[in-house]
Amino acid sequence: MQPSAAQAAPEAMLSVRGLKKVYQTDGGDVEAVRNLTFDLRAGELACLVGPSGSGKTTLLKCISGLMAPTEGEVLLDGKRVSGPPKKMAVVFQEYGRSLFPWMRVRDNVELPLKNQGVPKAERDRLVDEALEAVGLAHVPRSYPWQLSGGMQQRVAIARAIAYQPEVLLMDEPFAAVDAQTRADLEDLIRVVWKKLGVTVLFVTHDIDESVYLGERVIILSSSPTVVQEDIVIDLPAERDQLNTRSLPRFTELRHHVYEQIQLAKKGHRPAAAGAPAAATAAASTPAAPTADSGASGA
Amino acid sequence: MKVLKTAAYVLALPVLLVLAWWVSTLGTVNFFVPTPAALVNKFGEVWFGPRFFSDVLPSIARLLIGVVAAIVIGVVGGVLIGSVKWLRALLEPTLEFFRAIPPPVLVPVLILLMGITDSMKIAVIISGCVWPVLLNTIEGVRAVDGVLSDSAHTYGIDGWARVRYLVLPSASPQILAGVRQSLSLGLILMVISEMFASSSGLGFTIVQFQRSFAIPEMWSGIVVLGLLGVAMSFIFQWAERNILRWYHGQKEVENAA
Repeated sequence: MQPSAAQAAPEAMLSVRGLKKVYQTDGGDVEAVRNLTFDLRAGELACLVGPSGSGKTTLLKCISGLMAPTEGEVLLDGKRVSGPPKKMAVVFQEYGRSLFPWMRVRDNVELPLKNQGVPKAERDRLVDEALEAVGLAHVPRSYPWQLSGGMQQRVAIARAIAYQPEVLLMDEPFAAVDAQTRADLEDLIRVVWKKLGVTVLFVTHDIDESVYLGERVIILSSSPTVVQEDIVIDLPAERDQLNTRSLPRFTELRHHVYEQIQLAKKGHRPAAAGAPAAATAAASTPAAPTADSGASGA
Repeated sequence: MKVLKTAAYVLALPVLLVLAWWVSTLGTVNFFVPTPAALVNKFGEVWFGPRFFSDVLPSIARLLIGVVAAIVIGVVGGVLIGSVKWLRALLEPTLEFFRAIPPPVLVPVLILLMGITDSMKIAVIISGCVWPVLLNTIEGVRAVDGVLSDSAHTYGIDGWARVRYLVLPSASPQILAGVRQSLSLGLILMVISEMFASSSGLGFTIVQFQRSFAIPEMWSGIVVLGLLGVAMSFIFQWAERNILRWYHGQKEVENAA
């Protein structure tokens, strides 16, 4: 708990410093994450993409305090993370397994607040607002399993919003919902992010999604993982599924990220670790058609 | 209408069985097998009198206390053993040993230790009923979903809140499966605990009738036990339906998908 924020940028809300994670298994050590360093400013929406098996989930578990890193540290608002911090909420990919099936929607959203001892009136207000924000004000009495997958994930998002976190972590939250629902949920995240001013770290394997959602995209190398590239997404702040996705700049950025992922898959590693490159010279060559752009589940 | 239909299904087989019994005992005089009419006659006479208070109620009370105590011990112990790894490693082999001991052989031992008391009879019931609940609870606690557990953890739901909001509800299907086994075991053990050196209770009374060749009375006691079992099963099913509504609903949705 000592404030070892010496290296972290002063305005960083979330700071990952030299993070390394090695799993000890019977078959020897497996290095999932080698050396990751990046900062998120307060109120930033950053997407983290990487080839499958690049240790995205490991990284997220370390950031959320569910798992201790082998080396390095995670700082939240200057304080070292050693267990799940109060200012953080996590939305998992497996919506069907992250909500309590024995509780109704409203009780699910309310439980973390109740557990914190938030007074009843305040709790009711927060839960109402959160359900309203995700468009689920009409189903508070349902059980999660009575809802569609997309709606269940909305409940999980509502629970995270009601908790009033400063940092919202999302671990491939839309990987298991259908494409149309996913588009709706992506827009929902942008809306919620703008409205609440929360810092969002959105992990995904979907390149389009990362470019569409993020203000910034952090590309991971293949395992053992380092930051391959850290690019700013200079698309207009107002985004919508049709127009934003047809902008020439969107296509350029998408190509660029795509290529970097392809390079990462081939085992290419950045020359100097942690040197953020600007995405100004996004190449225009289309990537190989064999590459998958987000069909694989985690 | 639906109630009538359900009632018809529930009663059809018992009615048929009684009918078959009635037909097969028509005109015969077998000392050991009474006619239905004779049994019904004795039933009211034997059980709806002072015996109801001196034998039936005390037996039921001991059964209830024993079963409830076994459930409490089983669930509390199961949550502890299921959650704490070293405790499990320490206790599980020994538990297998104690579980393998048939509770009836404990009756003489417990009589020596505790005397012929209500506590002894309750102890016999607990010693048998605790295992299904305990072992099922351990399994249920261990099977808590990892993602659900992570979710609870990230929202700071730890300690007692974790047990109350996550572990117990999550393990409740297994726990109730254990309780169901315990109920039928409890009935058996209630009778056995009263058969040795006892002076009251259902088991004692039935054995008394048997030894004094009061055959219809003996049969009527067996019917009381059967009815008791049916009543317990109905109450259990009603409770289970309410507690596990979410579980059955979820299963139905999963099966339909």
